[in-house]
Order: sequence, then C-alpha cells, then structure tokens
Amino acid sequence: MSLADSVLTGDRLSLARVLTQVENDTPDGRAALDALFPHTGKAHLIGVTGAPGTGKSSLVNQLALHFRKQNKRVAIVAVDPSSPFTGGAVLGDRVRMKDLSGDAGVFIRSMATRGSLGGLAQATAGVVQVFDAAGYDVIMIETVGAGQSEVDIARLAHTTLVVEAPGLGDDIQAIKAGILEIADILVVNKADRPGVENTEKALKSMLDMAHPTQRVYLHHGTPLVPSGHSPQVQRTWGEMEGGWIPPILKTVATEGKGIAELIEQIEKHAAHLHVSGDWAARERARLESELEAALQETLMSQFRERVSDQQYNEVMRQVFERSLSPGEAVKKLTNGRAK
Amino acid sequence: MTDKKIRVLVAKPGLDGHDRGAKVVARALRDAGMEVIYTGLRQTPEMIAEAALQEDVDVVGLSILSGAHMALAPRIMELLKANGQTHVKVFIGGIVPDEDIPRLMEIGITGVYGPGASTEDIVKEIRSAIKGK
Repeated sequence: MSLADSVLTGDRLSLARVLTQVENDTPDGRAALDALFPHTGKAHLIGVTGAPGTGKSSLVNQLALHFRKQNKRVAIVAVDPSSPFTGGAVLGDRVRMKDLSGDAGVFIRSMATRGSLGGLAQATAGVVQVFDAAGYDVIMIETVGAGQSEVDIARLAHTTLVVEAPGLGDDIQAIKAGILEIADILVVNKADRPGVENTEKALKSMLDMAHPTQRVYLHHGTPLVPSGHSPQVQRTWGEMEGGWIPPILKTVATEGKGIAELIEQIEKHAAHLHVSGDWAARERARLESELEAALQETLMSQFRERVSDQQYNEVMRQVFERSLSPGEAVKKLTNGRAK
Repeated sequence: MTDKKIRVLVAKPGLDGHDRGAKVVARALRDAGMEVIYTGLRQTPEMIAEAALQEDVDVVGLSILSGAHMALAPRIMELLKANGQTHVKVFIGGIVPDEDIPRLMEIGITGVYGPGASTEDIVKEIRSAIKGK
C-alpha cells in the first residue's frame, strides 16, 4: 500500500510522513499529492491571520474545541517564520493548543515559512490538500504574525478571519490598507482589555471605506444601512443583497467568550459562499493559480534543460552591459518564440 | 527546492515549571538552522508522543528538572515505539544523577545533558545522531 493510500485509510503516522514529504517537495511528496488530489475539495478552509500577539493561536484552539463538539474533524496548520539568517525556526503555536491534545479528531501541524514572504510557507497549500484528502472537515490555517501585505491566506482559504486586539493603537492605520481588506470576518480578540471600543470603532469606519457599495444600495429610496449602523444591521443587509459585509466580533479567546457567535458567523459565511457561487469561484481561482505556478516551474526547468549555462550567462552579460534589454534577451534565449 | 530540515520537538514533561533551559536550547537549535517545535510546560508523555507523531520530528528533546526522569522517559520511549516512531532520537536535558544515565541509555535515550552543557555540543550530537540513522 502506498503512503497516499494509508493516508486515505486514516493512518496518522502515514499522514505525518506525507506532510513532511510534501513540505520538503520530494518526488514522493509530489506523487502523493497527485494521488490524493481527486479526494480533495470537501473541507472548509479557514484562514486566521493578524498581527503577532493578537491571540490567533488561542482563538484557533477555542474554535477547534467548538468544531469538535459538532463532531467535525479538525486539522490545524500553524505557520511561524523561519530565520532569514540561519533558516532555523521556533514554532510555538502548539503552546496555546494544549486543550486539543489527546483528541484523535484533531491533527496539528507546525510549519516554518522557509523563506516564503506572503505569511504562509510555499508548501502550505499542498499540506492543506493532504489534510483535505485525509477527510478533515475543517482545516484552520494560522499565518505568521502578519502586518500589511501577508495576504496569501485569502487566496488559499474559503473564509479568512483577521484578528485584531485593543491597544495596538496606531497600528490600525498601518494595517488597514492591506490585511483588513482580505477579512471575511473581523475579530477583536482580548475584548476584556481597555480600548476595545476604539478598536471596534476604527474597524467599523474602515469597513465603511472598504465597502463604499454599502452606501449605494437604497431601499425604497433610503439607505438600507444608516450611518452609525450596528453590526446586526450590516449582517442583515449582507444577506438580503447577496453581498457579504465582514461582521466585527468581540472575543476573549483565553476564556472562550464570543466563540459560539464567531462559529455562527463562520458557518453563515460558508453558507453565503455556497449560495452566491463564490465558493466555486474561489476554488477555481485557487486551483488556477496552482496550475499556473506548476506550469511556470515546469516550463522554467524545461527551458533550463534546453539552454546551456554558457549561453545563458553570455546573454546575461549583454543585459548587464545594457547592450540587450531583458525583453530582447528572452527572445534570443527562446529563439524568437517568446512574444 | 529545500533541503531536509532537522525537526526537533522540545518538550517539558512533568510538573516542574522551569523552562528557561528548554528555551535556551530551543533558541540554540534554531540558530543552528533546525526547526524547533516548542510545546510549553506540563506535558504528559501522551501529549509529547502525540506531538512528535503529528509533527513527524527527527528528534525529541526532553527538559526535566523535577527528578521524575526515570518515570517519564521510559513511558515516552514506550509511546514513541507504539506509534511506530522508533527512528526518533530522544535527548534529555536537566538534573539527572550520573548513576541514572546508564539506565536511560539502556532504554534508548541518545544523550543526557546536565547543567553547564554547551549548546554547541548538543547541536553537534543531534546532527551526528541524525546522520547515523
């Protein structure tokens, strides 16, 4: 029986080994991904991102406990950064996930970014596919502590949670340009801390800016969402118009507060994706970018086989001397076949 | 693409709450280019074996300052074996009387380090233990 077959039968050791093979991008890992691919596409992929110290791991821990109460099998992929200098890493997300130990319905895997910059590791998508094929119903992907442009998670996940915490103050300003835009659900964690109202207010006003369409929709001539709207009104609006306005939820992950409401919103979002057809659209976009990445890699290695280092270096020398533009160089290296 | 990284689980079994040493070692292994999964305090042998399985580690480093190593280490070795992880090299750091070391080696522990051990030695010995497997 191949490793991939053992994964399908639920063998945890084989699963762990395949994850390593996929992470190391070995030929065995690639073969396993090929074999497992037809079995993927069933899991709900939930991304959890946000600045360091906002409580992502604790939140994932709580969410997993709740999903387990619904008898869903849960996989967690926790990504932490690799050192740019040594390539080493300390992966500490498990420290906050002790409650999940001893439950055979939960599988936690820590990953180092290994030089990847988008908040995930190169192999995270592959690791998620393996969990999907292995029959996990919910796969939570926790990104590195992310600030502005670590938005790869939005391409991978169906539902993206962006976690904030009070007291990060002016950081809100810096954060909102990039990462808040990818949020399907905004979570203000550590909501027992002072300053929670300010954080919530800042997020609300950001949402008004990020979703200008909100003001365009009129109901019998009056705006459906009045200014100073409550999150409840937002949600109702989102369902009625078939759009999705990210709700803002307050949680205290260490005490389990607000988690049931958060789960409810996650499920609503999944339902919304199915009804609106966005689920399929997101799947398609993700698979297309995967196909493109694989194609690029293969074409590049085919090209490298055809062109000798000497030829390549010679053309590169001319580019360096400014006697050939990069565009002309490509034409020369591909014998004029490139456009 | 990426070469094979050495993955190490650094765990604190038992009830003592002193993890400075474990963190120093974790940091040193990180600086040596390894990927260190840190579990935090008060882990049962079952939790450690499960984490070692899920993370598919090459090495488990146990930090034990409570004196309970002769109870904890054999149990962890048993569980690793039961999970099919016989290839995993297990190291112990902490307060271990010299007379206990031969017995620990007998049950398959690869190395034991007391106070004053150099992190360089630990890194070196982990590397050679992995190579030899």
